[in-house]
Amino acid sequence: MTNEAVLHSHIEHAKPTGWRRWVCSTNHKDIGTMYMIFALIMLFLGGASALVIRAELFMPGIQLTSPDLYNSLVTNHALIMVFGAVMPAAAGMANWMIPLMIGAQDMALPRMNNLSFWFLPAAAIMLVLAFIVPFIPGGGTMVNTGWTLYPPLSLQVGMSMDFLIFTVHLLGISSILASINIIVTILGNRAPGMTLMKMPIFVWSWLVTAFLLILIMPILAGAVTMLLFDRNFGTSFFNAAGGGDPVLFQHLFWFFGHPEVYVLLLPSMGIVGSIIATFSRKPLFGYRSTVFSMMSIGLIGMLVWAHHQYTIGMSLGAVTYFMIGTILISIPVGLMIFNFIATMWRGSMTFETPMLFAIGIILMFSFGGFTGVMVAVIPGDIQYHDSMFVVAHFHYALIPGALFGLLAGVFYWIPKWTGYMYDEKLGKLFFWTSIIGFNLTFFPQHFLGLAGMPRRIVDYNLIFTEFNVISSIGSFIYGLSHLIFLYIIIKTIRGGKKADGKVWEGAKGLEWELSSPPEFHSWSKTPEIK
Amino acid sequence: MSSFIKLFFKITTTLFLFVYCINVFAEYGLNFPEPVTENARDIYDIHMNTVRIISALLVVVFSIVIYSIIFHRKSVGYKADQEFHKGVFGRWAWVLVPVLVLGVDLGIAGKAERVLENLWLIPKDENMMDVKVIGHQWWWEYEYIDHGVTVESRYIPKEPSDDLYLRDVDNRLVLPINTKVRFLHTSADVIHSFWVPQLGMKKDAIAGYITETWADINKEGIYRGQCAEICGAWHARMPIVIEAVDQEKFSDWVAQQKNIMLAKAEEASSDKEWSMDELMEKGRSVYNKHCSACHQLEGEGLNPVFPALKGSKIVNGPLDEHIKIVLEGKVSTGMPAWNNLLNELELAAVITYERNAWGNDTGDIIQPSDVKTSD
Ligand code: HEC
Ligand SMILES: [Cu+2]
Repeated sequence: MTNEAVLHSHIEHAKPTGWRRWVCSTNHKDIGTMYMIFALIMLFLGGASALVIRAELFMPGIQLTSPDLYNSLVTNHALIMVFGAVMPAAAGMANWMIPLMIGAQDMALPRMNNLSFWFLPAAAIMLVLAFIVPFIPGGGTMVNTGWTLYPPLSLQVGMSMDFLIFTVHLLGISSILASINIIVTILGNRAPGMTLMKMPIFVWSWLVTAFLLILIMPILAGAVTMLLFDRNFGTSFFNAAGGGDPVLFQHLFWFFGHPEVYVLLLPSMGIVGSIIATFSRKPLFGYRSTVFSMMSIGLIGMLVWAHHQYTIGMSLGAVTYFMIGTILISIPVGLMIFNFIATMWRGSMTFETPMLFAIGIILMFSFGGFTGVMVAVIPGDIQYHDSMFVVAHFHYALIPGALFGLLAGVFYWIPKWTGYMYDEKLGKLFFWTSIIGFNLTFFPQHFLGLAGMPRRIVDYNLIFTEFNVISSIGSFIYGLSHLIFLYIIIKTIRGGKKADGKVWEGAKGLEWELSSPPEFHSWSKTPEIK
Repeated sequence: MSSFIKLFFKITTTLFLFVYCINVFAEYGLNFPEPVTENARDIYDIHMNTVRIISALLVVVFSIVIYSIIFHRKSVGYKADQEFHKGVFGRWAWVLVPVLVLGVDLGIAGKAERVLENLWLIPKDENMMDVKVIGHQWWWEYEYIDHGVTVESRYIPKEPSDDLYLRDVDNRLVLPINTKVRFLHTSADVIHSFWVPQLGMKKDAIAGYITETWADINKEGIYRGQCAEICGAWHARMPIVIEAVDQEKFSDWVAQQKNIMLAKAEEASSDKEWSMDELMEKGRSVYNKHCSACHQLEGEGLNPVFPALKGSKIVNGPLDEHIKIVLEGKVSTGMPAWNNLLNELELAAVITYERNAWGNDTGDIIQPSDVKTSD
């Protein structure tokens, strides 16, 4: 059957209703919506665990949790945010927007699209099980390793670790399927005239991301499978007593883990690029160089993993290589950020919520990038490594770099998705409270790290009290601000000012030529691109 | 318009002040604690070098963005320059920017590279002293290889309001000043990381590996650090305390340690028949020191990670099994094998103690010779 024929058979089916519309969905918009709702739930779960962590660290002494529960929360917070919130949200936006942006009727592989989404709730159930089995008598110990799951510590953990390993497998399958789908859609389903170098920057960012995911997810899956075998079938891949090598796991993990950072970052940067251009009423500065910097970020990002492991005792040659490689990433990242700033320059800017977030991202992500250069430089990293400084650094990189980008995307596109404008006043209120809360939470953590506070400790000495108090207060402002966000979303879905097809004055691109919200099957007549 | 320019300058000066403040703070406690080795001093310089460069860049980025926000806005009637990206600047920025960034990178990396070599390559020195640092869940063992002395260093429980809460140990790592010390790190169980900020060193202790670092302390004093790699429940309770003393005091300390070790060995090897009271007394101190971190002071354990010994089937059951698990430990749980860590007297005492404390009531008395035979 040709594409055209598939399409027609689709359109003849009336729009399904009731639970079938969602559970059996093959529609990119519905699946995109489900991805994002899933991500939103996970964002609140991950955020709640972060608030328990910060509440525990409010004062010296162990008040709320126990050491293992604390470690388990640290582990779950990271896994939920990375795999549950950020990646699905980005995948949801890819689902919704890529077909609209490239003039495709739907994703290329709609049934696989359904499958890749439904792996996620399964994975989430596994993750919840991993968290709760230790509370059941005979359920073994909690996952107290941090999201890095380093053996031999992860070999000591009870059966909750096995649940977690299966979680990772399911998440891995889901991401790989979604990535294949995105790549095939982008490469195969563009409207005539939409050449690669005419694609919106968001589509490019996802193309690079999808390739990265396909390259790295199998490595993680392999590594945790080896862990599973070590734990249950007497192999010794990572057990020194059996001739194995605990450090091998770290290499495998970070071979996945470092590019993963760019998986989280790039889609958001694609969003930021589109937003800045729209609200500056001016095309993206250096479109080509932005595309190539995204590709180089992906490429160099695959080659520098061991900068997470400077203290494991590598040779001078090895650490020098990893240090220089890592510092060089600042070139494409710097170029990309420069292009965004140059897009603002001599624009005719207005400051709606998405633009506020985009500007906030440029400023704070630059800061996170700069501290990234600090931790890349080894003599310094000898001190920063595994201290609160690193915690501060990567939250400055990942919250502006990934999460704020996605939030900006929500404000930017929610009129398109729902057909209603969000409440601009509340949007701005949310922006300011979350920005202030965020900085209050993470800025003081730099000082804690420099003063010698290790990360992932449940309890600390008095000398670290002041900054921890500030950080905890900030975290509650930051965390609770998301209730405003939730309210805005619900309010927008339920109604409000009607949005035009072209929601924003300066917006350019195919997606704005459709009505808001678009028909259930958009682009049933393929657009022409001049 | 001129009021905008004023505002712009105000903002830039504020930012410069801010950077200046960072530098000032750096000197007063918001930064690394005082370095006491050449290496830590070098690291500090690299740190400050990078901080200054990035602060300057940050000011540039912020200034440009803020300038643009103020002037290039629609509400002041600014028309977007649609040709901006087509000018010379637009066509060559993709070369210009990477070259500039590369320049900054090389500046940072070049300086770091020289220090790095110094940190990484252990100097050749006849008088180098070797200390083996073994990480355990959750204490440190220091083996003075050249002196035949071993020290076990454990955290001392204190109130959270105490200045030294989580930062104090029973036995310090005593080191001579002005001597190059090579640290050899390894672990008996999971990965730990040896971090003492003032010495400018952090290195992972990994089972099956020996990693090395070195330090040459140039000032007497007490320097505190903590385990930096998550290592299970009591990761927060692995302080490191280094006491740097002059050569003479160090020699005295070594001699004193040797005497203590000798006395202990003598006591353990005597053929004496020990009484219940003596064993209980000794057993309590061994237990509280070595076992209570996991099994807790009252033997109640820590559910579900560490089993209770109070009322435990093994502890109140056949002696053989009890001795076996204490001597051999249990692989892949936290329970260490104690046969190489405690001598027979200590083993006998702690087993006796466990079998007769907290309401365990077997009445068994275990002599050092009982433990020996099952070894
Ligand atoms: C690092 C933590 C840790 C320390 C320190 C430790 N243990 Fe254990 N111990 C364990 C764990 C975990 C188990 C459970 C092993 C299993 O799964 O069967 C255990 C089990 C035991 C048991 C068997 C109890 C039962 O009912 O199953 C005995 C007896 C015991 N330990 C004695 C000791 C003695 C004596 C010491 C001190 C010399 C000690 N332990 C120190 C972690 C520890
Ligand atoms: Cu440790």
